[in-house]
Order: sequence, then C-alpha cells, then structure tokens
Amino acid sequence: MLLSRISRLALIIASAVATAALAVAPADAQTTLRVVMHSDLKIVDPIWTTAYITRNHGYMVYDTLFATDSSGKVQPQMIDKYTVSPDGLTYTLTLREGLLWHDGNPVTAEDCVASIKRWGAKDAMGQKMMSFVKDFTVVDARTFRINLNSPTGLVLSGLGKPSSAAPFMMPKRVAETSPNEQISDFTGSGPFVFKKEEWKPGDKAVYVKFDRYKPRSEPPSGMAGGKVVKVDRVEWRVVADQQTAINALIAGEIDYIEQPAHDLLPVLKNDPNVKLADINPLGNQYAFRYNSTVKPFDNPKVKQALLYAFNQEDFLKATVGDPQYYKACLEMFVCGTPLGSTKGMDGLLQSNFTKAKQLLQEAGYDGTPVVLMHSTDLQVLTNLAPVAKSLMERAGFKVDMQDMDWQTLVARRAKKEPPSQGGWSAFLTSWVSADVLNPVSTAFLNASCDKALFGWPCDSEIEKLRDQFAHETDPAKQKAIAEAVQVAWSKDPTHVFLGQWYQPAAVRKNIDGFVVAPVTVFWNITKSAK
Amino acid sequence: MFAYIARRLLSTIPVMVVVAVMVFAMLRLTPGDPASIIAGAAATSQDVAEIRIRLGLDRPIVTQFFIWLGHLLTGDFGESFFFKKQVADLVLDRVGPTIALATTSILWSVLVAVPLGVVAAWKQGTWIDRAVMGFSVLGFSVPVFVIGYVLIYLFSIELSWLPVQGYQPLRDGFAGFMGHLILPTLTLSVIYIALIARITRTSVLEVLSEDYIRTARAKGLPNRVVLMRHALRNAAVPIVTVVGIGVALLIGGVVVTESVFSIPGLGRLTVDAVLARDYPTVQAVILLFSLVYVLLNLVVDLTYTFLDPRIRY
Repeated sequence: MLLSRISRLALIIASAVATAALAVAPADAQTTLRVVMHSDLKIVDPIWTTAYITRNHGYMVYDTLFATDSSGKVQPQMIDKYTVSPDGLTYTLTLREGLLWHDGNPVTAEDCVASIKRWGAKDAMGQKMMSFVKDFTVVDARTFRINLNSPTGLVLSGLGKPSSAAPFMMPKRVAETSPNEQISDFTGSGPFVFKKEEWKPGDKAVYVKFDRYKPRSEPPSGMAGGKVVKVDRVEWRVVADQQTAINALIAGEIDYIEQPAHDLLPVLKNDPNVKLADINPLGNQYAFRYNSTVKPFDNPKVKQALLYAFNQEDFLKATVGDPQYYKACLEMFVCGTPLGSTKGMDGLLQSNFTKAKQLLQEAGYDGTPVVLMHSTDLQVLTNLAPVAKSLMERAGFKVDMQDMDWQTLVARRAKKEPPSQGGWSAFLTSWVSADVLNPVSTAFLNASCDKALFGWPCDSEIEKLRDQFAHETDPAKQKAIAEAVQVAWSKDPTHVFLGQWYQPAAVRKNIDGFVVAPVTVFWNITKSAK
Repeated sequence: MFAYIARRLLSTIPVMVVVAVMVFAMLRLTPGDPASIIAGAAATSQDVAEIRIRLGLDRPIVTQFFIWLGHLLTGDFGESFFFKKQVADLVLDRVGPTIALATTSILWSVLVAVPLGVVAAWKQGTWIDRAVMGFSVLGFSVPVFVIGYVLIYLFSIELSWLPVQGYQPLRDGFAGFMGHLILPTLTLSVIYIALIARITRTSVLEVLSEDYIRTARAKGLPNRVVLMRHALRNAAVPIVTVVGIGVALLIGGVVVTESVFSIPGLGRLTVDAVLARDYPTVQAVILLFSLVYVLLNLVVDLTYTFLDPRIRY
C-alpha cells in the first residue's frame, strides 16, 4: 500500500517535471545576443579602473574621438576632420555632425574637452600626453583645439588608444566627476545603451541598440570604422563555471563565450553547432616581472641571467598546450606589428644555462632565495610559475615559490618591503598585446623608480628613450627608438616577455560578423535563425 | 513557552556580536586588498593608495570596525566596494533564488527520503533495504558537482528537456521557474535524501522493536497504521533534527550548486565577494547566514514540543 502511494507520488512529480520542461524554452521577440564574457561586470566606470571587462563595457556604451584600425593606424572615429598646425603645436578637431548622447542631447566640444581631462588625469598614457598639453580652446559646438607646449606623437596615439584605459567621451556633467570617484550617470554616445535597471552584478548586464547612433560610413576595421549594430539587445550573462558555460553554448542557451578554457576547446571543436573564432589576432603576451628594489633582482646582471635561462616555448606549452594557440616571439612590441623587432635579442630566451650561471657568478649572487608568487586560481597563469621555478633552479637560483590566489598576489605585489617582511621578488602575469605595442603604453617598461608600476625599476636610459618616443611623430624614427629601448632593456631588463598566446572565442554557427579587434566588440554582428 | 522563545531570541544577540567580530577580524587578516583589485592590473601604487583612502581602508582596523558596527546598528550594511550598490539591495536581489532552491531541495528530500527510510526499516534485510542503503552510500560519496554535470548531460544536452543553467523568477511564470529549478534541486537533494533516509531507517528500526509496536500489531492494526501513526511519529525527533541540520548545511551546499547551474543566489554572491575581498558584502552575508542558523535551531527545538508532548520548555 505504502509502495503504491510512493509510486503515485512519483508519477505526479514526473508529469509536473515534464510539463515544466516543455514550457522552459524561451521565445525571442527581438534579436538578443546572449554572451558569456571573461568576467563579471562589477565596475562600470572605464576611466576609474583598468579592468578589461570594464573597458569592454566602455566600448559598448561610449565612443572615442579616434580609434586604431586593424593595421595599427589611428583613424578618426567621432572626429569628422582634424588638422595639425605646421609647427605641430596645435591640433584642431571637429566632431562629426549628428552625434548624440543617449539622452538625446548633442555631443559637444566642451563634453570632449572635459572627457579628455578626466582620462588624462587617470590613465598613464593620458598623463604623459597631458604633460605636453598647454590648454584646450573650444572654438564652437563641434570644434576644439589642443594646444601643446612641444610637438608629440602622443595626441593621436593616446586618443586612439585601444585598450585600458581608452579615452571614452562622456557628457561634460559626467566627465567632471573626480577621476578618483566612480561615475553614477552612464550616459554615453556609443552604439549601445546600458540598461542600468537590468544590471544585476553576478547575473547579467544588458545593453540595447542605440537607435539614434550615427555610425561612420567606412566598414569596421579593428576598433575603427562603422559601428553598425545589427542585433536589438546584448546580454552579458555571468556563468562562472567554464563547463556550464560550454554546456549552455552547446545547448543553444547562449550564443558566445569570449574566453573558453583551452583544455575544453576539443569538446567545442567536435560540436556541429559551434565554431571557434580567433577575433583577436594580436593575442596576449606573458610576462615575468622582477621586483627591482630587493635582492637579488636589484642587480642588473642577475636580471640578465634570467633572459638567458628562460625560453618561451616551455611556458607556452605548459599553459596553452596546443601550438595552434601560441607563438614564441622574440619581439617585445609584438610580432607582426609596426614596432615589432628582434634587435638586441641575439642569444636571449634560448635557455642557455651556462651563460646564465656565468652571469650569476659575475654578479656575485649569494643564493638569496627568490620569492616567486604563484597564482593558482587563474587557469591561464597557473602553470607559469612552476616552469619559471624549474628553469631558474637549473640556472643556479634558489627559488621559494609561494602559492596564493590571484587577488592575494595583486595585493602583495604592491608591497615594497623585502620578501622576509611580506614583500616579493617576482611573479608572472599576462598582458593583452594591444597594451604593449609601444614603449610608452607598455606599463612594465616604465622605469621611473617609485613612479613605476609594482617592481619599481629605475633606468634613466630607458626613461630618456620613452620620452624621445613620446616626442617623436615620424613612424620610422619611432621604430628606431623602440628598437633602442629593446636594446637598453636587454642590458637591464624591467621584465621578461614570454611569448604570445591566443584566445579563440566559441560561437554558435548562426552568429556572424565578428570584428577582428584587440577588444571584443558587438557591432556588425548578426544572429540568424537557428 | 513564550518566555523560552524570548530568551532564545535574546541569546541570539551575543551570538551575532561574536560572529560580527569574528567575520570582521578574519576578513582583515585574510591576505588581499580590495583596493588593488578595484584599481586593475595597470594601476600604480598611488592609484591603489587613493582608492584605499576612498574606501576608508587606510584607517586603523579598530576604527573601521566601530564605524561598521555603528552603521549596522542603524540597519545600514554599507555599500559594496565593487558594485556601487547598497549591500542590503544586493542581498535582497540574490536571496530569492537561494530560498527557492533551498525550499524545493528540502521539500523534495523529505518527500523522498522519509518514505524510503520507513520502507527500508519495514523491509529490513531485504533487497529493498539494501537498495536504499546502497543509494544512501552513493549519495554521500558522489560530489555534488559530478551529479550536477551528469544530470545536465542527460537532461539538457542529450534529451534537451531542461535548461543547462540560469534562474527564472516565479513572477515570470511557474513553469519556467520550476524548469530552471528541477536539475539544481535534484542535484542538491541527493546528499540530503541519503542522510535523511539513513536516519529515518535507524530511528524507525529502533522504534519497531518497542513494546507498544508489538502491542499495536497484536491488536491487529494494519502495517500502514503501525508504521505511520505509531512508528514514524515516535521516530520523528531525530529525523526533524537531521532535517534541521540539513537545512543549515544546505546554505553551504548551494554555493556549489549555484555555481554549477549558474544561479545568481546568495552562494554565488558569497563566493564572488570573498574572491574580490568585498568586505561589506561578505560581512553582511555571513551575518545573515549566522542568523538563519540560530533561528533554524530555535525552530527545530520548538518542533520537538509538537512531536513529543513530554518535551516542555
């Protein structure tokens, strides 16, 4: 009797399950692109933080005056026309007609001046550019001038900078927010409108097409060209678990995963409804960072020893694995880009342990242990430190590798104390290649001692060359300076670059039109019926 | 009884104070700095220092504690370091999915596990008993995420019956709400079914050897009445205790289940906040969880009086 009651109960529940299951499939009245980005959007001020997810959010909501195209050239974006005075001291910029903020008001020159000032106060490249700026003159509603103290090539490359923090234009009332405070008004003039009321951190961020956006007439190219939106709505869904994201993609619940884990790519390759798309051919660059203020890396020869002990292949194999998605590249400013060069790299990064040992001996290395911070929770970084440890030990270093999560590492790397007092000697990380395309934007090359990024290298020669690069406007001379920087770096390295790696996106086959660019963007994308 | 409830409620105050001190101290002792995380990879030490000042993290820890406690006493949990949202709003946004998942899981667990345990006791030593106990061992042994992935593979990928992930609020339709909860509920409840079924079997077995059960059987009462009215009711106190513990454990269990099924609940909020060192959010969520634990214990204790008239407070 009891068993038959249980059976009846089970039957009732089973029919309820079946009814619910049939009713789950959602119906789309409009074209909605559901994507899983590399991280949850927590901060929505793209000037206040350099986090890549916030930068990507910036490209949805805001527009830039200039943008870098797929060949690395800076092109006008919000700008209709611009002129540079013969002495190179005055840039006159005129906005395109018909540009509107999401609240319907026109974009004005005053808005842009305020936005440049806020960006210039916060971003490292912006600060450098602003050091050349005498003042701004607003000529009329659509035209303004940037008046310089001395000529520089940084105006265009700065305002067209593709990655964090990109100089996004905001209404004057928003741009007047202190750069040290987050904005709370998300009015932009970009191709998408941010739906603040639908933003649920940890769940989703929603963007809808800005119907009154006026795209350029040129086809999209890198971050430049026409930003024509072909879907009604984009939802950034937060799916923290990679396996679940992949299952959801296969089941058709989402359309796109920005950064699927490399070890799960074979699963995706075998699915008939999914394709892998390499939308960022510049990829990323691994880097080993020394703390130049503490032993043993306060000695240039000890740092040089690592240039001989390391080789890129070992790091790339251990982290990425499939050679299709990595490339050993002995060019600091990224292979295949205008400033990429192998000058000064002879014999380096070939795991020449004899030479490394000789340099350590010349440096009088006394066996001071290297405290190597090992980030264990980010899949793309986890295997780097053990490889570094192994190669360093073979060269004669003593290594104390300490495991920690990335956020602990981030906090600890800011400490200037010696390793024995909670400081550090070295760690490994990765940069988006778009951030390391020239000596000024490469943050690890900043060798201005206390003002430099964590690791605080001090090298007047590198700093002098970076200044020269900032002043130079001729591309050929810029390349020569970039090569000189690489040569100077090889004598007293600020960091070691460890090869390029690529992150394909996983996309449903009914999605097309992805723009090949260093940042994931959602204009030009079409979604056809499944 | 009311005096007892009042006493128990009052006793929660020192417990919550201790929890508040502990959680505050533990977070500050944990390595990591929210300012560095917020500032991003390319931020300078000066950027990080400015953010620390803005967040109030440059002040002495004791000062930070009393500022937080002062706000807490006025019902202000503070603002999340990351989301620029009030922590109370964040928690309210996330509490719905967690309550829904915990409720369906515990209901399903009790509905399945109690009859299974009773039947196993009644049929002790038979294949039914061994099957129930075998399932129980399996339920304890297989990790929650493995069960989750297997169910997703079967019901979402292969059969396309149910969604892989996500959550739909009840206000958007009951079918969608249930559809999104079925797999997480089945996943999460496996371990509780195993736990409750074992305890039920043991308790009922113990009761079945009592004299009054023999008397009931001697009176000619049918098995159903003997089991339900005489055995199960007298075996209920340990079962209710385990269900209470189960509900408390569920709070931990939802963290994994919410991650596997991408449900934006309190479990996920806790993990995200801990990883980001979002102190105000972690503090609020832990305090909330502690309060739930304390109240659950009270409810379980009060339930005893209904099940066993000999228990009086």
